[in-house]
Amino acid sequence: MKKYDNLVKNAVGRMVPTIVNDQPVIPFQGIGKHRPTGRKYAPPISSVLDYPVDGNKEVASLEEALRLCGLKDGMTISTHHHLRDGDLIANQIFEIADRLNVKNLVWLPSASFPCHDPVIQYLENGTIDHIEGSMNGPLGRFTSKGKMKGCAVLRSHGGRFQAIQDGEVHIDIAVMAAPTADPFGNANALYGPSACGVLGYSLADYMYADRVIVVTDNLIAFPCMPMQIEGNYVDFVVKVDKIGLPEKIVSGTTQITKSPDRLLIAEMTAQFCLEAGLLKDGCSFQAGAGGTSLAVEDYFHKILVEKKWKARFCFGGSTEYMVRMLEDGSVDYILDAQAFDLEAVRSVRDNPKHCDVSVFHAYNFHSKGNYAGMTDIVILGATEIDVNFNGNVVTHSDGYLLHGIGGWQNCLHAKCTIIPVPLFRDRIPVIVDEVTTLCGPGSLIDVIVTERGIAINPLRTDLIEKMKESKLPIRDINSLKEEAEFICGKPAKPHLTREVVGIVKWIDGTVIDTIWKVAD
Amino acid sequence: MGKIVKCGNQGERIRSDCQVSLELTDNNGIEIQLNSKVKSLYGDSIIALAKEILTYFGIVNARLQIEDSGALPYVISARIEAAIKMLIDSEKVFLPEYHPENESSPSTNREKQRISRLYIPGNSPGLMINAPLHHPDGIILDLEDAVAPDKKHEARFIVRNTLRVLNFHGVERMVRINQVPLGLADLDFIIPHKVDLILIPKCETPEQIKLVNDRIETLSLNYNLNHNVWLMPIIESAKGVLNAYEIASSANNIIAMAIGLEDFTADLGIPRTKEGSESFLARSMIVLACKAAGIQAIDSVFSDIEDLELLHQTASNSKALGFVGMGCIHPRQIKPIHDAFSPGEDEIEKAKKIVIAFEDAQSKGIGVVALGTKMIDQPVVKKALQTIQLAISMDKLSQNWREQS
Repeated sequence: MKKYDNLVKNAVGRMVPTIVNDQPVIPFQGIGKHRPTGRKYAPPISSVLDYPVDGNKEVASLEEALRLCGLKDGMTISTHHHLRDGDLIANQIFEIADRLNVKNLVWLPSASFPCHDPVIQYLENGTIDHIEGSMNGPLGRFTSKGKMKGCAVLRSHGGRFQAIQDGEVHIDIAVMAAPTADPFGNANALYGPSACGVLGYSLADYMYADRVIVVTDNLIAFPCMPMQIEGNYVDFVVKVDKIGLPEKIVSGTTQITKSPDRLLIAEMTAQFCLEAGLLKDGCSFQAGAGGTSLAVEDYFHKILVEKKWKARFCFGGSTEYMVRMLEDGSVDYILDAQAFDLEAVRSVRDNPKHCDVSVFHAYNFHSKGNYAGMTDIVILGATEIDVNFNGNVVTHSDGYLLHGIGGWQNCLHAKCTIIPVPLFRDRIPVIVDEVTTLCGPGSLIDVIVTERGIAINPLRTDLIEKMKESKLPIRDINSLKEEAEFICGKPAKPHLTREVVGIVKWIDGTVIDTIWKVAD
Repeated sequence: MGKIVKCGNQGERIRSDCQVSLELTDNNGIEIQLNSKVKSLYGDSIIALAKEILTYFGIVNARLQIEDSGALPYVISARIEAAIKMLIDSEKVFLPEYHPENESSPSTNREKQRISRLYIPGNSPGLMINAPLHHPDGIILDLEDAVAPDKKHEARFIVRNTLRVLNFHGVERMVRINQVPLGLADLDFIIPHKVDLILIPKCETPEQIKLVNDRIETLSLNYNLNHNVWLMPIIESAKGVLNAYEIASSANNIIAMAIGLEDFTADLGIPRTKEGSESFLARSMIVLACKAAGIQAIDSVFSDIEDLELLHQTASNSKALGFVGMGCIHPRQIKPIHDAFSPGEDEIEKAKKIVIAFEDAQSKGIGVVALGTKMIDQPVVKKALQTIQLAISMDKLSQNWREQS
C-alpha cells in the first residue's frame, strides 16, 4: 500500500500528494472550483427480516457487537466526540480489535482528545493503520514524527460530512456512544449520567455506516424520546457501566478568561464589531468555548443589553454564557451542535428555543445551503496567520501537528470572520510571513484582532471604510508582523523533512496542504 | 566544583521568563545546555546570545544551564548578567538597545495626568510585556514589596532592561525603589535608563528625599544626563503623615505624594477596613500637604481585585477628598479608577461655560470674567481648563468641543 505518492503543487502553491493511502485525491483547485458529481453514497439495503421483531437489539458486550458487525482487517470505524475528554468507548474498540488480532483499521473520529492517547499503542502495533479526523497533543506529535503507518487525513466537521456523503470515506462500523438509549437504538444525550446535551456530530455516521452500534450506560425502556439518534439506523445496542467520565464530558462551569491581555483583545473585538455595524439588532453570531471567545460573547451580551438589541440566533457550541443570553432575551434562538457545560445541557433539554442542530445544516458541502454562510459574525482561533491572511489551526510554528480543524474551515464562510489572537505567544509570533500549514485561504479571513492592533483584510473595503474614523488601532498586517518580529526576534524555519505524514482537506474534499514529518 | 548560582524563574505557570544556572569552571571552555519550548525557533539565537554575554564579561570556562519558558532576549540577557555578577565583580554592563520610542521620548511633565499607576512586580517579566497596552497613566516596575529579598539582585537587571527595551506606548515609566537607604543602590540601575519617576516607599523625613536626590545628581553627572527625574514619596507611617508637608515641599522634583494604607494601618496596629474610616484623617492630611506644596495627591491601592464596584466607590470617595489618582495592582482596576476620577457630565458642562466665558472676556480685552451675574476667579478658570483637558484625554469630550457646543 502506498502511503502517499505523486506530489504536485496545488492552487495555493502547496506541494500535496495525489495518492494517499492508495486512493487518488484531488489537489485544491481554488475556492468553489471543485464540484463532486454523481449520486450520493448510500449504505447497503437492509431489511426488517434481519432484525428482531420485538425490537430488542441489545447484545451482551461491545466485543460481541463488533463481532456481529463482522469486524475485520482494514475496516473503517467511526466515533463521535460528544463525550470529549471523558470518552471511555473509543479506546475500548481498539483494545477489543487488538485482542481479536484485527489489523490495519482506520479510525474516523469527529475529533480526538487527550483521553485518546492510549490509541498510540494500537497505532504502533498495527491494529490501526491511520486516523482520519483530528490528532491532538501526543497523537499529533506521534503523527508528526512519522510514526503512523498510513497517512493521516485531517478534515473539518463539514468536510467529514462531505467525505461520508460523497463516498470518499466508507464507514464499515459506527460506534455511537449515547448517554441514554432504548433497546431499539433510539438515543439522546439529554438524560443519564453522561448527558452531553446534543449528538450533532453523529448524524452522518449512523445514516451512512454499513453497521451501527449504540453504546449506552443508561438503557431505558422503549421509547427513548426525543431521538437524537434514530433507532431505525441502528444494528445493535450495548449496555455498559460507564460510557464516560461526566466531569470531563461537560465542565461544571466554563470560564471566561481572567487574563487581562486576552480580555483586552476580546473587548477590542466586540468594539470592532459594534463600530463596523456587524453587531446590531437582529444579527447572528458564533463564538467557541475558548476563554477569549467566551469573553467576546460576554462583551457582545453587554452591548446587546445596553442597546436593547436582540440577536436572532447564536450558533453553538453552547455554554452558560450563551444560555444567559437566551434566557434574558438577548437572543431568540441557540442553534447547537455541542453543549459545553451543565447549564447548556439543561437548556437544550428544557428550552424549545435552544435547538439541537447537526453540522449537516451548518457546514456540509453537499447540503443545499449552509447556516455558516448566514451567520453575521464568527469568532475563531488560529495558531498562525500570515501576511496574506491565510490561517493555520493544525500545526504549531515548530511544525508539530497539535490540533484538529474542527468547524474552523466551515465557519470561514460566515459574513465576517474575525480572529482574535495575541500577536505572539511565549515569544512565538502568531502573525508570520507564511503559515506553516495552510488550512484556510486568506480571502475568507476578514479581520485579525491582536492586543497591538487590528488588521482588516484589504479585500474588505467595506469594513476599512466603516472603520476609517475609529479610535481602535487599525493597522496593516505587515506592520503587525514586523512588530512581532521586532519584539520576539525572527524565528527560524521549522525543521521539516520532505516526507508526507498527513494531508489537510479543504471543505470540498480537495487537498489544501500537507503535514510534513518533523526532522529529529 | 565551583559555586553554582541561579537567577530567574521556572515552573509550570511561568511564562516569558527563564532560569539560568551558572558555574565557573577551570577548563573545557563554555558549555551551554538549553531547555526551551521555543528551541526549534530560537534555540540557536539564545545560545549565541548567551555566548556573547559570557565573552563580554571575559568568561572563557563556564557551565551554563538555561531553562527557558519563552523569555524575550532582553530577559535572557538580564538573567545571565545577574548570574555572572553573583560570581564576579565587574564594572561592565551588558545593555540591550533602547526601543526607539524610549530613546527619543522626552521626560514627562510635572502636571501630567496621573490618575492610575499600575504596579508590576519587578522580577516578573511576563507581566510587563503587555502592561502598557492597558493604558494606565503610569507603570511602576516594583523593586520593593513585590520582590522577595533573595530576588532583589536579579530584579534590578530585569527592571533596567525593561526600561530600555519595552515599548511603553507613552505611559509614564516609574520604578518603586526599596526603602532608603537600601533603595539608593537601586537608583544606579535605573537612573541612567530614562526612568521618568521614582517612588520612594516608607518615606518619613525630608532627609530621605535628599539622599535620593544626591544619588540622582551624582549619577546624572557621571552619565551626563540632563532630563528630570520626578519623585513620588509614599507615606506609610504615622511619622510620615506628621512630616508630610515638610517632605512634600523638600525638593522641586517632587511632583506627587502618595499614601500607602497597608503599612500605615500596620504602623497604627489596626486592621485596614474597606470603608477606610481609620485612615480618614491621615488621607486628609496627605491631601492638605500636597495641595499646600502644589503637587498631586495620590491615594493608596485597593487590594481586592475582584470587587470592581467597591473599587469604583472607593475611588469616587478619594476624588471627593481631593486625591487626583490611585494605585492599581491589576490592569482590570484601571478602567473603574479612570471612570471614578474622570469629570462627570455636570462638571464638564460647567467647565465648558467657564472656559467660553473666559475666552470671550479675553478676546474682548475685559479683565474680569463673569458667568451670568457671577464673577469668576482665576483659580476657578484654571480648574475648569484642567477639567476640560482631562475630559478630552479621557474621551469624554471632543477635541473640537467648541465647534460642537
